[in-house]
Amino acid sequence: MSEIVTKTTVETVRQTKRPFLSPLNQRRWENFKANRRGYWSLWIFLVLFVLSLFAEFIANDKPVLASYKGEILFPVLVDYPEEKFGGFLAITDYRDPVIQEEIDANGWTIWPPIRYSYRTVNNDIPEAAPAKPSWLYDAETRCSRYYEGVDDPNCIKGNWNWLGTDDQARDVLARVIYGFRISVLFGLTLTIASAVIGVSAGAVQGYFGGWTDLIFQRVIEIWSSIPVLYLILIIAAVLPPGFFILLGIMLLFSWVAFVGVVRAEFLRARNFEYVNAARALGVSNRTIMFRHLLPNAMVATLTFLPFILNGSITTLTSLDFLGFGLPPGSASLGEMLRQGQRNLNAPWLGITGFLTLSIMLSLLIFIGEATRDAFDPRKTFR
Amino acid sequence: MSQSLLSVRDLSVAFSQGGRDSVAVDHISFDVARGETVALVGESGSGKSVSALSVLKLLPYPSASHPSGQIIFNGEDLLAKNERELRKVRGNKITMIFQEPMTSLNPLHTIEQQIGEILKLHRGMSDTAARARTLELLHEVGIREPEKRLGAYPHQMSGGQRQRVMIAMSLANEPELLIADEPTTALDVTVQAQILELLAGLKKKNNMSMLFITHDLGIVRRIADRVCVMTKGKIVETGPTREIFANPQHEYTRHLLAAEPKGRAPNPDPDAETVLSGQDIKVWFPIKAGFFRKTVDHVKAVDGIDIEVKAGQTLGIVGESGSGKTTLGLALSRMISSEGRIHLGDKEIDGFTFKQMRPLRREMQIVFQDPFGSLSPRMSVSEIIEEGLKIHQPQLDHDQRDAIVVDVLQEVGLDSATRFRYPHEFSGGQRQRIAIARAMVLKPRFVMLDEPTSALDMSVQAQVVDLLRDLQAKHRLAYLFISHDLKVVRALSNHVIVMRNGKVVEHGPVEQIFENPQTDYTKALIAAAFDIATAPEGVVSQ
Repeated sequence: MSEIVTKTTVETVRQTKRPFLSPLNQRRWENFKANRRGYWSLWIFLVLFVLSLFAEFIANDKPVLASYKGEILFPVLVDYPEEKFGGFLAITDYRDPVIQEEIDANGWTIWPPIRYSYRTVNNDIPEAAPAKPSWLYDAETRCSRYYEGVDDPNCIKGNWNWLGTDDQARDVLARVIYGFRISVLFGLTLTIASAVIGVSAGAVQGYFGGWTDLIFQRVIEIWSSIPVLYLILIIAAVLPPGFFILLGIMLLFSWVAFVGVVRAEFLRARNFEYVNAARALGVSNRTIMFRHLLPNAMVATLTFLPFILNGSITTLTSLDFLGFGLPPGSASLGEMLRQGQRNLNAPWLGITGFLTLSIMLSLLIFIGEATRDAFDPRKTFR
Repeated sequence: MSQSLLSVRDLSVAFSQGGRDSVAVDHISFDVARGETVALVGESGSGKSVSALSVLKLLPYPSASHPSGQIIFNGEDLLAKNERELRKVRGNKITMIFQEPMTSLNPLHTIEQQIGEILKLHRGMSDTAARARTLELLHEVGIREPEKRLGAYPHQMSGGQRQRVMIAMSLANEPELLIADEPTTALDVTVQAQILELLAGLKKKNNMSMLFITHDLGIVRRIADRVCVMTKGKIVETGPTREIFANPQHEYTRHLLAAEPKGRAPNPDPDAETVLSGQDIKVWFPIKAGFFRKTVDHVKAVDGIDIEVKAGQTLGIVGESGSGKTTLGLALSRMISSEGRIHLGDKEIDGFTFKQMRPLRREMQIVFQDPFGSLSPRMSVSEIIEEGLKIHQPQLDHDQRDAIVVDVLQEVGLDSATRFRYPHEFSGGQRQRIAIARAMVLKPRFVMLDEPTSALDMSVQAQVVDLLRDLQAKHRLAYLFISHDLKVVRALSNHVIVMRNGKVVEHGPVEQIFENPQTDYTKALIAAAFDIATAPEGVVSQ
């Protein structure tokens, strides 16, 4: 009898599942949502970021999908040689009117809304590059370079340069989309990588203290006194600059930013009673650091994160602006700013670069503020 | 009763958090007459401190608010005053002393600066006059050799001395009302007795009134003229102290009065095997000095102690703070390094490394003092309890572990359905039960209890003591019970060791120590604990 009773109580007890978010995190999420500006910024940023991840499907000089002689082709994903369509080049130029006619005669194509990639040179701009945004021209001028003028099948909105072109006749909007993506990805990778390294280093220092801490601290002090920008300039002169080389060089220095807060948090928390209690249970050092101490330090880390992310993006942009960043031809917001500075007669370049950067950075700062609110235990909203 | 100095009428305090309002104090009224001591008594969460803080409007406004009430002091309503006018009352007419003497003093200012500041601020005294008055005040609160202590910083003084300085500060402007918010809770029993005597004497001498907030009925009986018993934000009973103690009317008052830890440990089995023993345990911390950090001397926290804990029995360790009780316990459970031999069962464990100790941790567990600090706030109760199981019984799967957690929670008297909740949702007593469950789930042979009851309310203390005693009888546990609270020690221990400055002053069976103490030190401890009586100077620390 009693056995049955205990069994049923155990059964009923099992029913009470643990909630998806712990109460603490629920409260934090509520706090985050209470900061309306940050909450909306998060959604806007997420939408923009996810869209830019699919940049190839939004702005590209290849069709998303094509049917040619009964065969379904994916030009965005697969490079088809031109001989497939009766040409002789290794890579097909789908913007070539000859190829377009050939495909249209034997099937159909679905183009992305913007028919330019970040490095596509538009040969049909009505005046010398940089060209104004297409909507500033009348239809006549806009399509003046096409064979059949206004009646040309290419005189359509898909071929507009919504934000004009730069001085190499490349579409600015396409470059903004790709540039946004590369900036955010660079920033995120750099931030996450430096967070992992910085938090680990800070954790070890704070947890073990003593000589470990002392030596590490001195090394970090010397290390962080190296002027980073000069070093990047020097290395850029030796190594061919690229996404990962830049990432690597900047990672060498950016992890230091996390060490201070995490170390302090571990120093404070390592003598907490629940940490002692875990030690008395025989829990290993590594588990104590991960399970008991890291959550404490994560609050400080997460609060820092959006600001470090912003810093990383700004550094990349400024390197690009100086011409020591990503290789020539890459979609980069810094390069766009530089073009804006050199072509003052083409204000759309500078204005676009400025707006893109300031909106992106502001969104991230607002998200960062909301995160800080969320993790502030004393914050009350009324 | 003469005309009342402070008159609280129909006072309510509400806190708003996250859009919800919670009422902490619910329409209370009480009076404090001139020269009278009124005690607000209640358990934690009863609203007694909030009531006291609202007298000076020291609550975190605007998240706190007063939906109703008046606080009339000398004929004026303090609640209606603005911040500027209140500042003239605070620290001048009404002063306050707090529970934590460590954090109430600015660690960067000397004693002279701290007291002198008030004198200069409110009285506009010159430096020399302030200095003279400071000396006088320090003398008045019983600081020995006040001239030498003027330049001392708070960390150079003991808890009792710091509390004396706090009292000197609050007396500096000859207040009419002194609000004391648990002023002795953080102090040793012997020091507590001294501070209470000091406060009573000063009150009489300066003709002050006192509003005394405490949870300790022993203190109330000694110091208060009248008592207000508070629970859940309401005053349930008010009356002269003697009447309340002799003839409590309200059920809650009776419950409080009956809440002292009772019972005695069962008679020890003389043939019980020794679970843990230590011979000549020493913990010396080096004092380093000079450029090359040469060790010049040692702080002898534990200085050559022999100890033996037997299965199913409790060894109590008592002594003032700083006497090395906890250090001894930590050394025995190998949490800190020490000299001397330690045996667990028949294994000699004093040379074991942390790794070698790990399998043995299962047999020796610790329950810590602070149930708020000893549970990780980011882990659910179930995660906290099963952490040890994961290490010591990794063969168990999730469901088996869960079943064990459910069992152990029921064993310590908690509803097992609560195991997915987080520690902050539990009261202090419940948290201490969780901490005990965490230790018990491993089925240890030896448990070190480091002041497990001193952070708890009196009635909860009694329950926890009963629980510990039941668990001991059931599992033949060996307890090392460390406490400065002699009442609890008497209720639980078979043997007692009295420690002072790292050495054993006296040891023996519990009856012998309590009925027939041999040394003055033990006598003073017992007198302070049971009668709140002070000892002659020099026997105990200040």
